[in-house]
Amino acid sequence: MKRLMSGNAALGEAAILSGCTCYFGYPITPQNELTEYMAKRMPEAGGVFIQSESEIAAINMVLGASVAGARAMTSSSSPGISLKQEGISYLAADELPAVIVNMVRGGPGMGNISPAQSDYLQATRGGGHGDYRTIVLAPSSVQELADIVPVAFDLADAYRNPVIILGDGMLGQMMEPVDFSNIKKIKDYPKDYILTGADNRPSRMVRSLLFDTKEEEEHNWKLYRKFQRIENSEVRFETFLIDDAEIVVVAYGIAARIAKGAIKRLRQDNIRAGLLRPITLWPFPSKKIKEIAKYITDFFVFEMSTGQMIDDVRLALEGKGHISFYGRPGGVIPTPIELARIVSRHYFQTQKVRKQ
Amino acid sequence: MKKIYTRPASMKDAHFHYCPGCGHGIINRLITEVIDEMGLRGKAICVAPAGCGMLVYNYFDIDTLESAHGRGAAVATGIKRVRPDNLVFSYQGDGDLAAIGTAEGFHAANRGELITVIFVNNGVYGMTGGQMAPTTLRQQVTTTTPSGRNPVSAGHPVRVCEVFSVLDGTSYLERVAVNSPSGIRKTKKAIAKAFEHQLNRTGFSLVEILSPCPTSWKMSPIEAFRWIDDVMVKQFPLGVIKEIKC
Repeated sequence: MKRLMSGNAALGEAAILSGCTCYFGYPITPQNELTEYMAKRMPEAGGVFIQSESEIAAINMVLGASVAGARAMTSSSSPGISLKQEGISYLAADELPAVIVNMVRGGPGMGNISPAQSDYLQATRGGGHGDYRTIVLAPSSVQELADIVPVAFDLADAYRNPVIILGDGMLGQMMEPVDFSNIKKIKDYPKDYILTGADNRPSRMVRSLLFDTKEEEEHNWKLYRKFQRIENSEVRFETFLIDDAEIVVVAYGIAARIAKGAIKRLRQDNIRAGLLRPITLWPFPSKKIKEIAKYITDFFVFEMSTGQMIDDVRLALEGKGHISFYGRPGGVIPTPIELARIVSRHYFQTQKVRKQ
Repeated sequence: MKKIYTRPASMKDAHFHYCPGCGHGIINRLITEVIDEMGLRGKAICVAPAGCGMLVYNYFDIDTLESAHGRGAAVATGIKRVRPDNLVFSYQGDGDLAAIGTAEGFHAANRGELITVIFVNNGVYGMTGGQMAPTTLRQQVTTTTPSGRNPVSAGHPVRVCEVFSVLDGTSYLERVAVNSPSGIRKTKKAIAKAFEHQLNRTGFSLVEILSPCPTSWKMSPIEAFRWIDDVMVKQFPLGVIKEIKC
């Protein structure tokens, strides 16, 4: 049965159905509906809810719950996510699973509360200090948001690494019908590293300070090998009308949804445009882009930022193909008509150049 | 021959890295003695800090997590809420609890989290070389107060127990010192009492331990022990600061 829910509330319900038993949060717009949903639902579900004194405290409570063996989640928005970076780095270093939701705001500093994609680089490059990465999932509808939550918890447990769900105010606050029946039985991950008290077993310690530089080096390489495994096997993306396309729009999250609308309009005007939508922003679908570049040379990156993913597209193309970009930062919501107009103009200009 | 003194079972067979005359070794031993005597080895989970106390996991033979600087009380909160039947305590220094981790400690105390904080107050940042701590005394010379701590620009020494005592979530707060045999015995009793408060679910418990740091204080161990009695206790009076019946 479908229920009409906001993205934030759907995310909370999906987390509980995915076996999340601990949620820690601090108020910040545009993700408050999630904290409020958890305040009500977590006690009903027998789980733990704490409104923490800060985002720093929340992420450290997540770390504590995770090291104690629970599936734990926190959520925030851009400025709050900056504060959580300390804890995210420790989670990665200690190899502890956690899910962190970022409903991104429109800019640096305080930013505004309107939909934006300004935290791509922070999310995909680790975000905090040290040599590490986080898996970054970017859904583009309320249903996909609900579907991706169990995936996020499974990936976190499978790789013992923090996973980021990257959304924005539009995804978090708009209401859409959502069906939770896709969430299957919770997988059981053996956790031989958690702290339960050394009852009839040797004591355990979880730490990230290794004074011996050789040990610390090996720990860094161990993490690196894990990140390579993730890059090799966890890339997710969606393609839309790319088989006969002459131009490929690359967009993620809510921007990809706007792009789909634009592509439908372009197709009506006989402009053969297609879409590549990265679902994992890290690991990035670089191989897929390289493969597409064998038969399509025209790439059009569209982001609700000044252009952050464009670097990854460039790296994937390794100098092949042409990249154009259209961005609307600051919380401005571009429309499909607007994007179609921009892509169309670009298409005819490049066609003219090609003919010459 | 009868063995009358041995290493506690909750303590690993390892050499302390602590400087001569440091109080951490005594405190580490007292904690493990209490854990043994209360039969809590299989239940105890320790949250270690950043600073000299960080390496307690090399000495405690119990489950231990190394926390980020100052975040011990928040991490311990997460652990305890998942495992309410375990004994969860954080081991924190003065910089850790009273400067960078003020918010985490204060609010865990205010929520009445059923955790215990073992708060080692030696008035300096020991591990980083003896800089001013929030508990550094007025006029005390440290590497960042070379002319002595001037309250006009550097503030006053923070009395953590007294601050926490006004919070309704706290149930047991005591200040002790490990600079004498009687002080050491009182410290052990205070740790046991704090753990009892946690296990009886009475409220947040904290033991503040005045502890010598001869290296950073630039004193001999004996001078450092005397300095606690002669100078430090005037700012930080010993005794039970708050106790609710448990």
